[in-house]
Amino acid sequence: MPQLAEKSPLLLAFVPYRAIPLGLAIALGAAVWALVIGGWMGLTYGGHVPAMFLPPPGKVVATAARLIADGTLAKHTLASAQVVLIGFILSSVVAVPVGLYMGTYKAVQAALDPLVNFIRYLPVTSFVPLFILWIGIGLNERVSVIIFGTFFQQLVMIADAARNVPRDLVNAAYTLGTKRSATVRHIVFPATLPAVLDILRVTVGWAWTYLVVAELVAAKSGLGYMSLNAMRGFQVDIIFLAIAMIGILGLITDQGFRLLRRLVAPWAA
Amino acid sequence: MTSSADITVTDVTLRYGSGAKTVLALDGLSLDVRPNEFAVIVGPSGCGKSSLLYLIAGLEDLTGGTITVGGQPVAGPGPDRGMVFQSYTLFPWLTVAQNVEYGPRRRGLAEDDRKQLVDHYLTEVGLAAFANHYPAQLSGGMKQRVAIARALANDPAVLLMDEPFGALDSQTRHTMQRLLLRVWDHAKKTVLFVTHDIEEAILLADRVFVMSGRPGQIRKVLTVDFARPRVGDIVLDPAFIAMKRDIMGLLRSDEDEA
Repeated sequence: MPQLAEKSPLLLAFVPYRAIPLGLAIALGAAVWALVIGGWMGLTYGGHVPAMFLPPPGKVVATAARLIADGTLAKHTLASAQVVLIGFILSSVVAVPVGLYMGTYKAVQAALDPLVNFIRYLPVTSFVPLFILWIGIGLNERVSVIIFGTFFQQLVMIADAARNVPRDLVNAAYTLGTKRSATVRHIVFPATLPAVLDILRVTVGWAWTYLVVAELVAAKSGLGYMSLNAMRGFQVDIIFLAIAMIGILGLITDQGFRLLRRLVAPWAA
Repeated sequence: MTSSADITVTDVTLRYGSGAKTVLALDGLSLDVRPNEFAVIVGPSGCGKSSLLYLIAGLEDLTGGTITVGGQPVAGPGPDRGMVFQSYTLFPWLTVAQNVEYGPRRRGLAEDDRKQLVDHYLTEVGLAAFANHYPAQLSGGMKQRVAIARALANDPAVLLMDEPFGALDSQTRHTMQRLLLRVWDHAKKTVLFVTHDIEEAILLADRVFVMSGRPGQIRKVLTVDFARPRVGDIVLDPAFIAMKRDIMGLLRSDEDEA
């Protein structure tokens, strides 16, 4: 049997769990994108699918340029980002402390678990009519949809992180003079910080996915609104643009949280 | 600034669970550790020797009996009883220096005094150069050395050690034993050390408490009077080997009964 080192780089890439060179990683990622865009070009420029249903890439790029130039894209993007960020921040500000106490104190868990697990499985969309009735149509309603979609998921995941703090870490803190009432502040919060930031990173992605639901009804701006409006005019290129924009914004917030984690929790690899 | 106290455990019973699933972990166990003494408990796994340590630390509640440290009955955990655990319990979000100053900071000590303590104890365990490292950057042996420094910097009356070197390789373990004896000699603390390693017990102890299997009781107390410092080849001394054989016999007869 030949030594691993004698094999070609491509063969080495198929050894389970083995690290691959950065260049190869980038090449593989780019290849899949090229395949998707190539397929898209083939389907559209080859005339296999009418432009009404699937616009060619060139048209989407041209539309993007036009909507960037006249400020339309920026307006809708900002409106959406505002909804997602307000909703996500309000949700997180409450979910992080409540979740930490829920995972640390069995009484808090016993009180909240049954209700939270019931609500957690309800589809967000089913509450949209209710929110419109209660809150009306406006920014508040859209923000509420985002909060409803993220809060209960965050709560359960953060409580789990708090429950997983090693018991002897807390015991060690007690033997060093930490008061029981200060356990969350001195131990649970710092111990779970990397996990909490990971949970926020994952859930901010979910917040973006609820955006279109939030803007389905009663929005006058935003990427979801832009998309729905475009549907009525058969402007599939604009729908594509809105979808791409949500993806890009999701990617930016994701990277933002990765950066934040490296900055505030440098001890955790 | 050093304080040191005695530990008195009287007729302690520990029962887990309820009903038919009740487990009697400790049954009327008594022992005394004198001020400044290095006492070691050896026993078969599952005999409740770690539980006893957790009871003295106040981290578990006893079912019956009394425990006093320095004459004070134990009621919950407190900084007068420092503890080094078998698992690594350094706070990963704090640097080595910040870990060591954690206890003094909780006590509200001024920054200058804290810095002095950190310097002293990190030098004591030979890790002054690693003050600004995070625990994740340290080896297992280094982590336990910091844990010892962290416990001592808080100036506890007694130091409880629950198989602190159990996860280390034998080379590191021997280094750690020598280091611990040196640190103990300087700090003059009461130490209660739990292990299942008989050689480690004799090497470290003033007295060895041999425990029986579940339910845990003290089977025999042996006084170890080898002169200190005990050098490496003492383990080959016939008297050392005889004592080792004694303890092995005690532990084995227990296995046979089980």
